[in-house]
Amino acid sequence: MKEMTPSARRSISRRGFLRTAALASGGLALASCDKNSREAFLQRHFRDMTPEELAGVLARLEKEQSARFGKAVHVTAEPPMEDVLFGYGLDLSRCIGCRRCVYACVEENNCSRDPQLQLIRVLEMPKEEGINIQQANAYYDPEEVPREDSFYMPVACQQCRNPQCTTVCPVGATWHEKDGIVVVDYNWCIGCRCCMAACPYGARHFNWAEPTVSPTEYNPETHFLGNRVRPVGVVEKCTFCVKRVRNGRYPACVEICPVGARKFGNLLDPQSEIRYVLENKRVLVFKEELNTQPKFYYFYGT
Amino acid sequence: MLKTDASPGKGGRFILAAVCLAGLAAILITFPGPLGASEPTTPAETAGEVPAAGAAGPTHSGPGTLYQVPPPPLSDYFPCSQCHADMEVNRTRRVLTEEHEDIVLHHDEENRWCLDCHDAGNRDMLRMASGALVDFTESYRLCGQCHGPKYRDWKAGVHGKRTGHWRGDKQYLLCVHCHDPHAPRFKPLKPLPPPVRPENLR
Repeated sequence: MKEMTPSARRSISRRGFLRTAALASGGLALASCDKNSREAFLQRHFRDMTPEELAGVLARLEKEQSARFGKAVHVTAEPPMEDVLFGYGLDLSRCIGCRRCVYACVEENNCSRDPQLQLIRVLEMPKEEGINIQQANAYYDPEEVPREDSFYMPVACQQCRNPQCTTVCPVGATWHEKDGIVVVDYNWCIGCRCCMAACPYGARHFNWAEPTVSPTEYNPETHFLGNRVRPVGVVEKCTFCVKRVRNGRYPACVEICPVGARKFGNLLDPQSEIRYVLENKRVLVFKEELNTQPKFYYFYGT
Repeated sequence: MLKTDASPGKGGRFILAAVCLAGLAAILITFPGPLGASEPTTPAETAGEVPAAGAAGPTHSGPGTLYQVPPPPLSDYFPCSQCHADMEVNRTRRVLTEEHEDIVLHHDEENRWCLDCHDAGNRDMLRMASGALVDFTESYRLCGQCHGPKYRDWKAGVHGKRTGHWRGDKQYLLCVHCHDPHAPRFKPLKPLPPPVRPENLR
């Protein structure tokens, strides 16, 4: 047995002192901040919360955000529906690249206006090349679209069945829900951006600065895992408009599209529009070779 | 009618609904027109719900109802019989100079002419190739005569746009809500602004 060091012989060890000091200062810091931020700090992971805890968190968020935006904001957390697996279809032969979907998405999902954050990117590609990302241009700005020699391919989250973004997340802040939507717990995200590196579609976006949405533009109907206001330093993504679709509605991009290129529905319902697309049209998934198994299907309607 | 059809189906109820539907269909065959109504209704009035079109109309499964909104985009002239009732029918192909000069046919204009789709006898109705009259709210039946595959896709909700609920009440649009029947090709649009390049994001 080793001889005891002088410090260990004393009643307070160095290690013990430091531990107590750290706990005390942490506790003091928590005690000194207001109740809301204390609760936010101690908030658990979305999937670990009990229904009562979740209700408390939602009530707190509603209160905070109603005060911040000066109107009644609702924050809910509708769970996935039974026997529903969402799928999306996009008709490449119809899309004209007008970007109406991009801005409808920003409005619905309360994305930051400044700095700009958009969840849909519309790629313009030469027709003769086919789908060739090296030839893609997201910054096209002609007087009129579609341009004769180009076709357009909007890209957002492909809601993979085998998502790489969720496997790389070191804290489990993003996951695949039962109804097929890949979601983020913004309070659990540490902003490491590993998921952005893992996503082959560039579908995840980082809030580099505090997101700004004017109170008049703020959509007050929000979901905890979707369009509620994001803190700075977290990653966000398309959630198929989780607030809308879990209440039975179509996503915002589907409803705005002036050419009806966007289709949405339940993959488990044989009568749904999306199943009709899969059964009757020529369908492709983007970057199929990566085995991400998207539930976002591009098709040719003609 | 579709409401009955669309109520959440349980085995027995479904059979009952099917029997009711068969009965209604029989009634419809006996009394043509919207549920045997003798008064001609304007399209705006019947636009609220899907006409009982059977196999011809758009299909919809699951709970909820399929609605057509908004009413068909008819010109201010409607009802056409206001003027045409007292006019003599002129079947000569010609460029219109006195009225409707704004309509330039750009829809298989080599082979077609106003009276191929508009009925000469009843100007408030459309006319199928068979001679059957079709209300303006059911104009898709007329379009479907030539555009079969599109008509099939549209009925399934895949050509064109539906809004509302993916499982529940939906609104559908007529062909003519998006395509001008006299010049159906889509007009180009001004795109909304491109995204800010990452190097310019501040």
